[in-house]
Amino acid sequence: MNDKGKIVAGLVIFLVMVTFPFWYNLGKAAPAPEIVLSAQAKAAGACVLPKAEIKTEHMQLLDVWRDTVVREGQRVYVNAEGKKFDMSLSNTCLDCHSNRKEFCDRCHTYASVDPYCYDCHIEDPKENDQ
Amino acid sequence: MNVKYMYSFLAVIVLFLIAYVGTEAVGLQWLFGVLIPYAALLVFVIGFGRRVMSWARSAVPFRIPTTCGQQKTLPWIRPNSIDNPTTTGAVAVRMFLEIVTFRSLFRNTRMKAKADGRITYQLELFLWLGALAFHYAFATVLVRHLRFFMEPVPVPIKLIETLDAFFQFGLPVVYLSGVVLAAAVLYLALRRVFIPTVRYISLANDFFPLFLIFGIAFTGILMRYFAKVDIVGIKALTMGLVTFSFPESEVLKGISGLFYGHLFFVSVLLAYFPFSKLMHLGGIFLSPTRNLTTDTRARRHVNPWNYPVKVHTYEEYEDDFREKMVEAGLPVVKSLEAAAAEKE
Ligand code: HEC
Ligand code: HEC
Ligand code: HEC
Ligand code: HEM
Repeated sequence: MNDKGKIVAGLVIFLVMVTFPFWYNLGKAAPAPEIVLSAQAKAAGACVLPKAEIKTEHMQLLDVWRDTVVREGQRVYVNAEGKKFDMSLSNTCLDCHSNRKEFCDRCHTYASVDPYCYDCHIEDPKENDQ
Repeated sequence: MNVKYMYSFLAVIVLFLIAYVGTEAVGLQWLFGVLIPYAALLVFVIGFGRRVMSWARSAVPFRIPTTCGQQKTLPWIRPNSIDNPTTTGAVAVRMFLEIVTFRSLFRNTRMKAKADGRITYQLELFLWLGALAFHYAFATVLVRHLRFFMEPVPVPIKLIETLDAFFQFGLPVVYLSGVVLAAAVLYLALRRVFIPTVRYISLANDFFPLFLIFGIAFTGILMRYFAKVDIVGIKALTMGLVTFSFPESEVLKGISGLFYGHLFFVSVLLAYFPFSKLMHLGGIFLSPTRNLTTDTRARRHVNPWNYPVKVHTYEEYEDDFREKMVEAGLPVVKSLEAAAAEKE
């Protein structure tokens, strides 16, 4: 038995698979996304949490908000600085960050996260009031 | 206490501390984030290739498949064509099922003596279940991780993420594969620690990969659900690794030491891989007990690198010594007269 040819072919296929990301991105630049702060956010100057925290923990904050509103019926959130916020995805986060496409989505597309929230929550509730 | 698992366990903890302290306190982000991963990948690729080629060069002079069913013989005896394959197609089916469903592990039995002294063999499926859960979870996690190494992220990978987060609980949504991976690897490790017979045959190089992979899963789960890390910064680094265009040092410095621990574990796993039992990834395809046809009775197999052996037959021997044999009264096949007649 001498199957060297077949073994080498299999090995080459495996090594190409292992290094696949190198081939896939060949000649492409993949800069981190530029996120755009909306005018409202700029005017407000600060987020609900300090920047480093909101950047990594915003989904956990939203989870706490969701549970607090839906399970405990409590709607007011007070942050460390003592500022009060209505605990709402559409009315608070997306009110200040009114440019979801250039803000939330740019980051999420890059990190390949696709929050299912928008199945139910609409972006701007006021639009539908009329 | 058993030094084999204690040393492996301590080794994994020390590895984590090296990377964590090395980045958080000493600031060696470039070393742990870029240089070591590249070096590890190089060792993996070259080591894997060399190991497989050394197998390709070694001799398989005869067919040694293990058979688990009736061989093809007389037309009225039904052969088991998959467990005792006689054609290349059947071998392919056997290999595929082995690799995809671990059929040989499924046959695992446990011998037990009953109270009356009789011996029973019972099917023991937990090893098979644990191994299946572990390998499939590992593969899913690995494929999902491609989101850090591809831009734009291809649709199939997004699809796997959606399926993996099927139950949509927690935020960020809990990926089932990550949890299954950690649970399965923990089971496989504790099995070696707590079952005395299995502990007896376990070595440090059985424990180390299990603890290491548990370390990878554990730090990954910590990063995702508990000690949140800067994913966008991490992707800038990982994309830098595969496009050779790195982000500024500030981005690297902004990533938590937990991530560098995760990455260092992965680098150690990659570099360790070609020299360890984990090479069964390549070895399974090359196992002669699985990938050969069992046609040893139907066909004569001549060792292909047999060289012509110089032999001295009895006839030639008799030609050399006939006279002396006759003198000594030994019987000969050809008499002196017959030999003389032939010569003429
Ligand atoms: C009052 C307006 C306001 C509200 C309400 C608000 N934000 Fe912000 N957000 C900001 C500002 C301003 C920044 C920029 C902070 C900075 O650069 O220091 C910011 C930053 C962020 C960032 C980090 C962006 C980056 O540069 O990395 C995220 C993520 C974010 N917000 C999410 C949210 C979420 C989720 C909510 C709802 C829970 C929310 N924000 C509510 C104003 C707001
Ligand atoms: C199945 C539909 C559905 C989905 C999907 C969903 N929600 Fe909700 N959410 C609701 C409903 C209904 C309420 C109750 C609204 C109220 O009482 O004002 C609510 C309330 C909330 C609230 C508090 C009230 C408000 O105005 O926002 C938050 C915060 C919230 N959800 C966050 C989320 C996040 C984050 C996600 C995605 C991870 C999500 N939700 C996905 C239906 C949904
Ligand atoms: C700095 C980049 C960034 C910005 C800006 C950002 N996100 Fe995120 N978001 C992320 C990352 C990264 C994750 C995934 C975290 C992980 O995998 O650990 C995430 C996850 C989430 C999740 C959980 C989704 C899931 O399926 O797990 C929700 C909900 C979410 N973000 C809401 C928002 C909203 C609403 C905004 C805009 C107000 C926003 N994010 C802006 C980076 C960002
Ligand atoms: C260079 C390679 C790797 C990098 C850069 C990397 C990076 C990361 C990052 C950034 C996270 C956090 C994900 C999030 O918060 O959404 C994570 C999670 C995780 N990683 Fe890795 N990782 C690598 C290799 C691996 C390998 C080989 C394994 C397999 C054992 C693994 C197992 C996990 C697990 C189980 C999680 C938990 C979350 C999940 O299930 O996806 N990682 N990894």
